[in-house]
Amino acid sequence: MSDDHVYMTLAEGHEDDTRWAYGTGFEDPLHGVDTAVPDGVDAGELAALCVTLADDALVSAQRLAEWTTRAPELEEEVALANIGLDLLGQARMLYSRAGQVDGTGRDEDAYAYFRDPGDFRNVRLAELPGGDFAFSIVRLLVLSSWRLAHFERLTAHRDPVLAAIAAKGVKELAYHRQYAAEWAVRLGDGTEESHRRMRKAQEQVAPYLGELFTAYDVRDEVVAVLRQVTEAAGLPMPVYRPLPGSGRIGEHTEHLAPLLAELQGVARAHPEATW
Amino acid sequence: MTTEKQNWPLYEVFVRGKRGLNHVHVGSLHAADDRMALTHARDLYTRRNEGVSIWVVRSEHIAASTRDERDPFFEPSADKVYRHPTFYDIPDDVPHI
Repeated sequence: MSDDHVYMTLAEGHEDDTRWAYGTGFEDPLHGVDTAVPDGVDAGELAALCVTLADDALVSAQRLAEWTTRAPELEEEVALANIGLDLLGQARMLYSRAGQVDGTGRDEDAYAYFRDPGDFRNVRLAELPGGDFAFSIVRLLVLSSWRLAHFERLTAHRDPVLAAIAAKGVKELAYHRQYAAEWAVRLGDGTEESHRRMRKAQEQVAPYLGELFTAYDVRDEVVAVLRQVTEAAGLPMPVYRPLPGSGRIGEHTEHLAPLLAELQGVARAHPEATW
Repeated sequence: MTTEKQNWPLYEVFVRGKRGLNHVHVGSLHAADDRMALTHARDLYTRRNEGVSIWVVRSEHIAASTRDERDPFFEPSADKVYRHPTFYDIPDDVPHI
């Protein structure tokens, strides 16, 4: 140990990096990955898939960020914001990939800030207002379970960039799912009040499950995870009542437009600004 | 909902860095139990890529010397220079001393 200062010690081995406060030893997950679209991969379909996954992540990140200064505990606030930032990172890479392959050359900001609600392809579950902590936990459990199952398959995608993004995301999503599952068990198997709120949250989330499962075939896997967690939490599996419509074809609730207005406001008021 | 809220107990957090040889105290946090303390520590103290291992321990389980004990505890060693191995030449290839 060369120094009593804890962060100097932790950063040891990265002496060349004097900006340790920004973190050290980072790796670029896309370093060395060939960005050419492989033969046999439909560029339009690939771009659409990237945008869909990015929209889920961006909208979820915004809802998670809303917990900042409002979470029940300081530690949970940081945890939820961290998860949101992981998803934001995934969204950035996915938008960039979409812009590379769809022929428009758009950058990530063009997708995030300069599209209207009808152009977004996220599931409606992601855009619902945060509300109760239990609701956020149930939603996070569902979305992270689905996304993890889907990303695990995408690690074998023929597009090497999407496969690399998925490989990075799998580790993040495994933590998100674990975080949500631990809270789900804690609250479901907690007090009468926490159990009641979890039941209510399940009922609010259940109608939106069908929308997730229509797009990609990971349903059995996700349902098995949810069943395992709900059983451990002493909760019933919610009754499955799908709502008509789908965010995947641009049909959204009234909650998406205000969310995007807040997200996009500064960028639209000051286009081309840098900070 | 009642506003009565039990405070979560305090935990002390120790993180071992990538090249670090031992866990270093980095701070404290509140958590309901050991498992939650670990996940909180992960989120609060390793998110800038600092750590490869985390220890957490309930603060109340740490026994600490007090200020009053400082002189009898530490003063007697101040003048005993012969306890330091400063009279030896340490070869360059011996690390961690």
